[in-house]
Amino acid sequence: MIPPRPAGPVAAPHATAGTNVTRVMLWVCAALLPATLFGFWLYGWPAIHLWWLTTASAIAGEALCLRLRRQAVLPSLCDASALLTGWLLALSLPPWAPWWVGVVGGLFATVIGKQVFGGLGQNLFNPAMVARVMLLISFPVPMTAWTAPLPLRSANAPGFVDGLWITFGARPEALDAMSSATLFGYARSELSRGVDLLQSLAATQAPTINLLGERAGSLGETASLLIAAGGLLLLGLRLITWHIPFAMLATLALFASFMHSLDPARYLSVSTHLLSGAAMLGAFFIATDYVTSPNTAAGQLVFGAGVGFLSYVIRTWGGYPEGVAFAVLLMNALTPVIDRYVKPRIYGRDRRGMPLEIES
Amino acid sequence: MRILEKILGRRPHWGVHPDDHKRPAADAPLRSLPLPEVLHVPLQQHVGNPARPVVLVGERVLKGDLIAEPNGNISAPVHAPTSGWISAIGEITAAHPSGLSQLAITITADGADAWCERVPVADPFALAPEEISRRTAAAGVVGLGGATFPAAVKFNLGRRLQVGTLIVNGGECEPYLSSDDRMMRDRAAEVVDGLRIVMHAIGAREALIGIEDNKPQAIAAMRVAAAAFGNVQLRVVPARYPMGSDKQLIQTLTGKEVPADARAAEVGVLVHNVSTCAAVHRAVRRGEPLVERIVTLNGGALTRPGNVLAPIGTPVVDLLRFAGVSERPARLVLGGPMMGIVLPHARVPIVKGASGILAFDAAEARTPPAGPCIRCGSCTRACPMGLLPLEMASRIGVGDLDSAAGLGLSDCIGCGCCAYVCPAHIPLVQFFSHAKGELSARERSRLRNDATRRLAEDRAARLAREAQEKAAANARRKAERDAAKAAVGGGSRLLSTRIADTTSEAAT
Repeated sequence: MIPPRPAGPVAAPHATAGTNVTRVMLWVCAALLPATLFGFWLYGWPAIHLWWLTTASAIAGEALCLRLRRQAVLPSLCDASALLTGWLLALSLPPWAPWWVGVVGGLFATVIGKQVFGGLGQNLFNPAMVARVMLLISFPVPMTAWTAPLPLRSANAPGFVDGLWITFGARPEALDAMSSATLFGYARSELSRGVDLLQSLAATQAPTINLLGERAGSLGETASLLIAAGGLLLLGLRLITWHIPFAMLATLALFASFMHSLDPARYLSVSTHLLSGAAMLGAFFIATDYVTSPNTAAGQLVFGAGVGFLSYVIRTWGGYPEGVAFAVLLMNALTPVIDRYVKPRIYGRDRRGMPLEIES
Repeated sequence: MRILEKILGRRPHWGVHPDDHKRPAADAPLRSLPLPEVLHVPLQQHVGNPARPVVLVGERVLKGDLIAEPNGNISAPVHAPTSGWISAIGEITAAHPSGLSQLAITITADGADAWCERVPVADPFALAPEEISRRTAAAGVVGLGGATFPAAVKFNLGRRLQVGTLIVNGGECEPYLSSDDRMMRDRAAEVVDGLRIVMHAIGAREALIGIEDNKPQAIAAMRVAAAAFGNVQLRVVPARYPMGSDKQLIQTLTGKEVPADARAAEVGVLVHNVSTCAAVHRAVRRGEPLVERIVTLNGGALTRPGNVLAPIGTPVVDLLRFAGVSERPARLVLGGPMMGIVLPHARVPIVKGASGILAFDAAEARTPPAGPCIRCGSCTRACPMGLLPLEMASRIGVGDLDSAAGLGLSDCIGCGCCAYVCPAHIPLVQFFSHAKGELSARERSRLRNDATRRLAEDRAARLAREAQEKAAANARRKAERDAAKAAVGGGSRLLSTRIADTTSEAAT
């Protein structure tokens, strides 16, 4: 018999759960796929071009920084986190946004949002949301030029080449022809004109349309059902826990129902709040970002509730019609504080860390 | 919180559920190892001081003869695992990844395997509890679950603290291992008799046997064996790692939580492993010292995995040969994969705490490279102690050991759940054991420095005192001298005055 070769000092455990970061990231991407494909169908070729431009530039930004930091580029890119960042950003952009919005956003997300903090796991803020908010503040016009859905196979949907023309800004008149407002934007502008919601919304849409997502909105935000299905997949795979989505949606619903019951003419209903804008995407995919959210169950409840509350406040009284991205960033800033004060109780100790009394 | 727990059921919210890999080894019948030619019996097979040899090289011994006596309060004697002669007393490689050596007594077997004289006891329940402790201690029985704490010391502790409940640990939550499972299936009567003897020894009113639900045959066998005794109850617990850890098993079975820095006995329970109970039965009823144990042989590199009854001191290589090695094992592990240690080579002997020898093939031994932490929180959810492994590791990573200690590093039981689930494959347990070692070294050096400083201060104080005394003595002497001078020289002062007078006269 051959004696075994001397083993190096390898510490226990000698087993792993068989998962890895790449697999986690790719599963999240897979969960985004149905909503993304639906968005592609809904908004056509310009949306597809925007998606690949955004993800490619996010990956390029990551690769550039890794190169500058003299780190191995390929292994780090293989963790697919840059792909996911770019993907999430693309889903939050107006689907017919010009090419440079996607490129600048993608680069900003990974370079400024992530790598300057030290790369994967080090960033304080969600990179995709950092980029989205930067774009929204810096380029408000293209970032709020929404497009009415024009499904791929419909008569005047732009083809592959036309899509490229639109994305690369050669046919701005097409964009003008299609532009529309999101539900929140519309409600806000009507309110400011003195038209109350009961009148302004009566004509526009019922919640079923929100579910299907067939209306103006960003690439992936509006298909609430598909996003939620992807979120449930992540829950089922135990890649995320229920705490953040539940706390965020419950808080949002709580405030929406309270305010709506006070004055339905001024405050949107619960279903509108939950099924429009980035509520679902935010709850399941953005707020649950591991790196920038607390990692204890109790902390996640606090964090989720904070995101839900801030989203409602910004949507209702803030300067922008949609507030999930701002809410997530604000709560990201609070994550270290939450992590500091909300800790699990250690076995055999009380909440303050003192040993328990002996009861016997 | 309690209500929530009731609604959601008692499913433990801690730990992990690794693939158990227990089959087919667990289902293979228990085999006896052919007697090895040479046995290396280490003197340190328990926590506490190593035993002191009481035999000389060349001496003949019978199976069960005392070859080393306990050395100190928390120590255990060592007995000859077979008959033969002492061929060496010297250093061998310890069962430790460092490959450092330890003292061992080497016995060359004569093949007869002849027992020494054993003194059986017909009715152990007629003995005084102290006598049971004494017999258990003399038989060298230590905790066979891996902790190897001398069993009798625990009995005495339990008696002193008037423990009401004995918890019998049949959890065996480590993947791959099935030695306790086999023990319960094949020797349930011995286990139950042993645990009743332990109850008698500590004066416990009841015993709870906790067995994980992945061992149906062991549960059935133990149920039959325990049926006759009303104060012995069998409880099926969910298979969840680390259910076999004292604290988690106590909480699952009794709902009690052992306070930090306290012992289980202080909340009225004592935990003993099933194999330890069987060893107590043999020690007390049959007068047999602990000289053999059931060892699980498992892992992808073995052709006939299973459980064997092996004498203590058997070189691992003999066990591997018996189990058939299909390929060169990529890693040898003593114990289970979650907490076991890597063996430096196969000539290391098995010890009392060796519940299994795992020979991993290349696939099982593959260690994925570590990546950056993505703060996914898997480790936090898995930790059975409610710690924050990722926070502690990041503090340790930047050398801030004190703040890691502040996060509860000392409460870490090293079970490995965190590292098991980590998607970035960060060797968290390594971080923690490094930091624990560093902190205890720092504590030791702090104590040493304190002692040195105290000595230096004492010395300075003594020197100061001496100097003061000397000064005082000098002053006193001077005063005495002056006084003496004053007594003699009342005249001398007169004389000088007179001279002065004359000079002044002369001047005028």
